[in-house]
Amino acid sequence: MHVDTILSFDEAMEKYDPVLGFEVHVELNTKTKMFSSAPNAFGDAPNTNVNEVCLGLPGVLPVVNKKAVESSILIGLALNCKIAPHSTFARKQYFYPDTPKNFQTSQYDDPICYDGWIDIELEDGTVFHVEIERAHMEEDAGKLTHMGGSTGRIQGADFSLVDYNRSGVPLVEIVTKTIEGAGSRAPELAKAYVAAIREIVKNLGVSEAKMEHGNVRCDANVSLRPHGREKFGTRTETKNVNSLRAVENAVKFEIQRHAAVLDSGVAITQETRHWHEDTKSTTSGRPKSDADDYRYFPEPDLVPIVTTPEWVEELRSRLPEPPAERRKRLQADWGYTDLEFRDVVNAGLMDEIEETVAAGASAAAARKWWMGEIARRAKLADVDPAALGVSPAVVVEIEKLIASGAINDKLARKVLDGVLEGEGTPAEVVAKRGLAVVSDDGALQTAIDEALAAQPDVAEKIRGGKVQAVGAIVGGVMKVTRGQADAGRVRELILKTLGVEG
Amino acid sequence: MTANELIRSSAAEMAAKLAAGEITSVELVQAHLDRIAAVDHGERGVNAFLYVNTEEALAVAADVDARRAAGEELHELAGVPIAIKDLIVTKGQPTTAGSKILEGWMSPYDATVIKKIRAARMPMLGKTNLDEFAMGSSTEHSAYGPTRNPWDLDRIPGGSGGGSAAAVAAFEAPLALGTDTGGSIRQPGAVTGTVGVKPTYGAVSRYGAIAMASSLDQIGPVSRTVLDSALLQEVIGGHDPQDSTSLTDASTGLAAAARLGNVKGMKIGIIKELHGEGYQTGVENRFNESLELLRGAGAEIVEVSCPNFGYALGAYYLIMPSEASSNLAKFDGVRFGARTLPTEGPLTIERVMGATRAAGFGDEVKRRIILGTYALSAGYYDAYYGSAQKVRTLIQRDFAAAFEQVDVLISPTSPVTAFKLGEKLDDPLAMYLNDVATIPANMAGVPGLTLPGGLADEDGLPVGIQLLAPAREDARLYRVGAVLESLLEAQWGGPILDQAPALASTAAEEAN
Amino acid sequence: MAAINRDDVAHLAQLAHIEMSDDELDRMATELAVIVDSVKSVSEAAGDDVPATSHPIPLTNVMREDVVGHVLTVDEALSGAPDSADGRFKVPAILEES
Repeated sequence: MHVDTILSFDEAMEKYDPVLGFEVHVELNTKTKMFSSAPNAFGDAPNTNVNEVCLGLPGVLPVVNKKAVESSILIGLALNCKIAPHSTFARKQYFYPDTPKNFQTSQYDDPICYDGWIDIELEDGTVFHVEIERAHMEEDAGKLTHMGGSTGRIQGADFSLVDYNRSGVPLVEIVTKTIEGAGSRAPELAKAYVAAIREIVKNLGVSEAKMEHGNVRCDANVSLRPHGREKFGTRTETKNVNSLRAVENAVKFEIQRHAAVLDSGVAITQETRHWHEDTKSTTSGRPKSDADDYRYFPEPDLVPIVTTPEWVEELRSRLPEPPAERRKRLQADWGYTDLEFRDVVNAGLMDEIEETVAAGASAAAARKWWMGEIARRAKLADVDPAALGVSPAVVVEIEKLIASGAINDKLARKVLDGVLEGEGTPAEVVAKRGLAVVSDDGALQTAIDEALAAQPDVAEKIRGGKVQAVGAIVGGVMKVTRGQADAGRVRELILKTLGVEG
Repeated sequence: MTANELIRSSAAEMAAKLAAGEITSVELVQAHLDRIAAVDHGERGVNAFLYVNTEEALAVAADVDARRAAGEELHELAGVPIAIKDLIVTKGQPTTAGSKILEGWMSPYDATVIKKIRAARMPMLGKTNLDEFAMGSSTEHSAYGPTRNPWDLDRIPGGSGGGSAAAVAAFEAPLALGTDTGGSIRQPGAVTGTVGVKPTYGAVSRYGAIAMASSLDQIGPVSRTVLDSALLQEVIGGHDPQDSTSLTDASTGLAAAARLGNVKGMKIGIIKELHGEGYQTGVENRFNESLELLRGAGAEIVEVSCPNFGYALGAYYLIMPSEASSNLAKFDGVRFGARTLPTEGPLTIERVMGATRAAGFGDEVKRRIILGTYALSAGYYDAYYGSAQKVRTLIQRDFAAAFEQVDVLISPTSPVTAFKLGEKLDDPLAMYLNDVATIPANMAGVPGLTLPGGLADEDGLPVGIQLLAPAREDARLYRVGAVLESLLEAQWGGPILDQAPALASTAAEEAN
Repeated sequence: MAAINRDDVAHLAQLAHIEMSDDELDRMATELAVIVDSVKSVSEAAGDDVPATSHPIPLTNVMREDVVGHVLTVDEALSGAPDSADGRFKVPAILEES
């Protein structure tokens, strides 16, 4: 296989100025498809979520899903877009077996949302203002599986199988204007931009926003120009970069590859590139014969969408707090340091901590549990902390049990284990496992007497004034009571038994 | 009443006899099946049917008879059989669109109009022949052989819906469904001496009609009388949530309009641009007679001008192929229909699609796909498709201005009577000219009706009279059409089809 | 307006995915040239001030609620397919062997 030579990133940056552009496709989480009433569901058996419309059988007609239109408008509003008063659908024509009608119903001249912007904050707090050209509605294609050959890739496959379950799933394509001035932060900005879009659509509740399911997919446009030149270089479009890290890596790779090509005095070919996660590189896509002539024309089977100010304002009133503003507010409310808060965000536990605090835990306790014991167990189980199965209510209840003195921290960890093993609520686990702190002084006295009798020399030392030796006796008592005693109370009773002042 | 008399009745008369218990639906359906068997097949057969739905038609008829015997309230047309243009998808019967590319394909769903036909319990006799994908004016572009005109078996029955018109003219069915994109219901009606209506765009659901040009296509009724078409449009019309271009208007009052029986005081406009030069003398003569009859019945006849109609044919032959090229892209041998493998070279999906479409589509379909692809392609869109859309606006304005002056417009339906099979097959442009008078209605979305206006002096073949009304005013067509029909039939002493030559049975020929 | 020639037709046939023999291309080019010539007056008919009409009857906001309707069974979905396997539509390789 051909391997591209690339320049080091630093050298590329010395010589060239990158210009970016992104097309992010967001799959909406409507119940039905964009133009048919077949279910929009992920992961079902092939061709079970189809009807004649999404199969493109002869004679069928599309009807627009109102919820999908509203979700699209919500995305536009969250991206500070204008909402078109009059918006139409158009057919984008190309032949491909995953596209049942051999055209995609999309929008062309007058997209539903246009002229927006979003501020992207990088990790060090640098803010980039990214302008949005348009966000338009369209439909997803089916899924091709390439069979035979050795790689499972399109190259060398003997045949392909098509599943149209995804065919017709509503998509919103968000297109940025060209982004200049990112410089060496370009890869980082690419990742942060896609992360921001993902966060916004998740926060709006209009998409499952799982990149691993293809709910959010990024095509990244990259071009280079020598520093100081205004004219853009020739761009490439890297398709279907399906994780945040891949977005960053793909942009970085393309910058390095472009730089090497330009350095060798060769022109960049305007083409589609495919990102390969295994080799961390892109390869040239097949130059599609139809690519430059989609023969767009107004979709005659659909009528225009007219948005009244009342409708748009009603939708605007449904907008949740923007993610960036929410983060600022929560950090202030919780009193976390920047570092603490960033760790929480990176761990994806902001929602959980917010709910835990809302359910009655202190912000400190919520962070202690989620970032500590729960995160540790999640790591062992190789799942997201949020997916481990601990609810905010459990954390709150455990905290209450500690505060009341019913359990201590050590027991609390066992309670958590019990909850995770399905033994019930924390209180039920305490009861079933007999984990309550031993607070019956009579029972403790017996244990103390036994411990003192077992270590007479230590008892002597304490009587002689070496109060710090009491730890050994406390340890013995805790061992006998299997940790279920309140260590402070044990110490108190030992000293009292020996007639020593604490 | 003999079976032969029975099949020559109108649908309304059949319905009345069924309701009165004078005949059964099984008898009625069987009489039509017998007629189809007698005249449709063989080398000199009409070839109106691509599929005869014997078993199901008889089963539905028997069910209707049983329900009627049990005293159940039934739809007015329950038990009256109907033929379906094979562009409309049907469960349980093949749908070919007259194309090899769909040979053997069975739709897993019913068109909305078929659901309505089933709900009314009208037995479906089968699927009728058409130009491939409804592209043509003669039915010669069918992949399954041409339909013959019952008036002269060496002549075309019009197109694309020649099968539906010929079936009705040959008494193989009292009613049929057609589709009309540029005249495919009305022009066949004109040249076969039958009635056909293109309703207002959106008045009848297009869901399940295999699309040629989405913004022009409309399903409509085909029959021998104006009242029968009105009754049928009431069955198939009305809002359909599965068609985004479907109107919400109720499909009522049409039969009542047909029964009204007067045109006194109505203003009827002759379209200056749609008669005279280029129109056959016999066509022109019959047209003028119809005007006299309407005038005699108290209508005021005035002349109006629609200056932009001159551009209609050109604009139509840009818009129609553009939309068709897109609508026909789905026929690629992946999900349904026939697949053809390339005879040589590598076997890729791209080449298989190319070979499938090369083998599956006929010349006229290919011609229109290429023309449409051209009109939409980069660099030509504005000059072709864009300009044609503007002409559409001009035509609408012409209609709007005309309808400010008159209630309905009138013209010959087709400039010529039925021509000989093969006569225009090698001259696409001459073929396209047949639609010059019918196309403006599709461009503007207004309804149009054709009814027989008599026989041309020079060839003794039927002439069609076209009536046009404003959008959503289909009832006016039925009102004026029924009056003109009764005035003409009074002159002729009966329906025009009484003057058609008797068809010899081809059943024996086929048996050989 | 440019006349349509054989190369144009070849390109259009490729866009439209219809294989055509040399003879067909020649014939189609001749026929289309005549047709295109006859429709060219259309581009001169309307001025810039005339709006385009894409739909004969103007309607807006025809939408449906987001409620699941009927689905086909896998058998129904595949019933018309020229080829299928494992509940899916089977198609020849997308790319040539390279």
